[in-house]
Amino acid sequence: MMISALRDRLSVRDVRRTMVNRLMLTILMLASVVAIFPLISVLVYVIQQGWPALNRDLFLLLPRPVGEVGGGMGHAFLGTLILISMASAVGIPLGIGVGLYLSEYGIGKIAVWLRFAIDLLASTPSIIIGIFAYALLVVPLKHFSALAGSLALAIMMIPTVARTTEELLKLVPIHVREAGLALGLSRRKVILRIVLRGSIGGIMTGVMLAVARAAGETAPLLFTAFNTSFWPKGIFEPIASIPVQIYNYAISPYDDWHQKAWAGALVLVLFVLLLNVMTRLILQRKPTVRE
Amino acid sequence: MTKAVIAGLRVVIPRVKKTSKKRDVHAGDRLFFYSLRGLGIFVLSLLALFIIYLFHLSWPALQRFGFHFLVNDQWNPVSEEFGAAAFIFGTLVSSLIALLIAVPVSVGVALFLTELSPSRPAAVIGFLVEMLAAIPSVVYGLWGIFVLVPLLRTSIEPCLRKYLGFLPFFKGAPFGVGMLAAGMILAIMITPTISAICREVFRAIPRSQREAARGLGATRWETIRLAVIRSSRLGILGAVTLGLGRALGETMAVTMVIGNRDEISWSLFAPAQTMASVIANEYTEATSDVHLSALAAVGLALFGVSFVINLFARLVIWQAKKRQAL
Repeated sequence: MMISALRDRLSVRDVRRTMVNRLMLTILMLASVVAIFPLISVLVYVIQQGWPALNRDLFLLLPRPVGEVGGGMGHAFLGTLILISMASAVGIPLGIGVGLYLSEYGIGKIAVWLRFAIDLLASTPSIIIGIFAYALLVVPLKHFSALAGSLALAIMMIPTVARTTEELLKLVPIHVREAGLALGLSRRKVILRIVLRGSIGGIMTGVMLAVARAAGETAPLLFTAFNTSFWPKGIFEPIASIPVQIYNYAISPYDDWHQKAWAGALVLVLFVLLLNVMTRLILQRKPTVRE
Repeated sequence: MTKAVIAGLRVVIPRVKKTSKKRDVHAGDRLFFYSLRGLGIFVLSLLALFIIYLFHLSWPALQRFGFHFLVNDQWNPVSEEFGAAAFIFGTLVSSLIALLIAVPVSVGVALFLTELSPSRPAAVIGFLVEMLAAIPSVVYGLWGIFVLVPLLRTSIEPCLRKYLGFLPFFKGAPFGVGMLAAGMILAIMITPTISAICREVFRAIPRSQREAARGLGATRWETIRLAVIRSSRLGILGAVTLGLGRALGETMAVTMVIGNRDEISWSLFAPAQTMASVIANEYTEATSDVHLSALAAVGLALFGVSFVINLFARLVIWQAKKRQAL
C-alpha cells in the first residue's frame, strides 16, 4: 500500500518530530485552558456563594451584631461610592491634565521627568501609596479619614488616566491641529475643542479602568479610610468600603459574615467586569484614525 | 517695517499696527499652558514628597538597625527588635513560585493565541485572560481562603508530600495556608500581565520568518520554537520581569492566604509573611514608634525593589522593541 510505503520511508526521527509536534501543540492548547480555569472558578464560586445572600437588606442595612441574623453592609456600599467619587474628583482631572500636557507640550525636562514619575507611580505597590496617604493626612489629623482613603485612591488613578489620555491624543494626526490653527483658533481651543473632544470616548475608557481598579483596591484603604460599622459621618471620619469589608468578613470565623463577604464580592466583581466590558465595547466602536 | 530675506528675495514685511490698547491674543494660551504645566509640576512634587516621606518615616528604624535590618530575621515588637529578612525571603520565594507556575502557562497562552488559534476564539480567550487582571485582589483572597486553601490542604499538599516528600520543600504538615497557596494565587494574578506582553512580542515577529521555517520543512512546533520563541527571548524576559514586579507588590490576596508567620522555613507548606503582607497586617496595630518606622522601612525596601525590577523590565522591553524594529 502507498501509506505503508510512505511510512517506511519516514525515518524514526521524523516520526519523533511529528509526535513532539503534536504533544507540544496540545500542551499549548492546554495552557490556555489552565489560564482561564481560575477565572471561571472564581466567577462560579462568587455567583454560587454570593447570589443567595444578595438581597435588598444587603444594600440598605447596617451590620447587626455577631450572632444576629440579617443586616447588611449598606454603609460599605455608600462608603465605597463616596471614596470613589472623591478620588475621581481629584484623580481624573489631574490625570487628564497631565496626559494633555505630555501629548501637547511633551518636550523638555519637565515632560521627561513627568513620564518617568507616571511610570514609577504606576508600578508602585498600592500598599506603599497607603503609607504615604497615612503620613500625609492621618498623622497630622490624628484620625483615620475618608479624605486620606480617597487621596490614596486618587494617586493610584492618575497614572492610568494620564497614560490613556497621552496615548490617545498622540493618535490624533498633526494635520487636525494644524487645520484648527489655520482657521485662526487659539491653541487652547484647538486642544480642548478639537483634540480632546474628539478623543473623549477613548479617554473615558482610561477613566473607567481607573475607577474599576480603585473600586476594588483594598490595601491602601486599610490604614487610611480604615473601617467602621456605621453610616459615613463625614470626610474627616473613618469610612467603610466594600473591599475592606470583604477582607474583614473573609478572615472572620462566622459563616454569616462569610456569606456577606461573597455577596459583596459578587457586586464588586459585577461592577468591575461591567466597566471592563464597556471599555472594550467603546474601544471597538471607535473609528480608526486614517492618515 | 521689517526687512527680511525669504528664498533670496528681499521682501518687506509690514508690521501689524498696534492698537493703543495692548491686547495680548496669546494670553489665554499662555495661561492654559502654564496651568497644565502647573498640574504636571504638582504631580511631580507629589511624587517627590512621597519619596521624602517614605524616607522620613523609616529613618528612625534605619538609624537604629542600619543595614542589619535587611539580614536580621528577628521581628519582635515586644523587645523592639526588627529585621526584615523573613519578609524579604517570603516575598522572593512566593514570587518565585508564582513565576515558576505562571511563566510556562502565560507563554503557552500567548503562543496558542498568536500562532495556533483561529482569530475569533483567540479574541474570546484573550479577553478572558485579560479579565483575570480585572478581578480585585481581595476577591482572589476570598476565593483563596475558601476554595484554593481547602483544596491544597486536602488533596494537593498531601499528594506532594507523598511523592516528593524527600525534598525539603514538601515537608511538614499540610496547613493549606502558606507559601504555596500565596505563590499559586500570585501566579494567577500575574498571568495576564506576562501573556499580554508576550503576545505583543510574538505578534511583532514578521510573518516571513515563520514562513521561512515552514518552508524548510519545520513542523509547526519547530516553527514556533525556532522562529518565534528564539527570536523573542529578550521580550519574554521583559514580560517575566514585569510579572515579577507585579508579584512583589501584591498585597491583599497574599495576606489572606499566606498564613502570616514571621519565620523562615524551607517547606512551602509552612505559613510565611511577605513585605507587603506584614505592612497590611501590622500597620494599624503598631503601637510603638519604632514598630511603625520599621514597617515603613519594609515599605521603603519594597518600593526600592519594585522600582529596580520595573526599571529593568522597561529597559529590557525597550531594548527588545528596538532590536525588532531594526
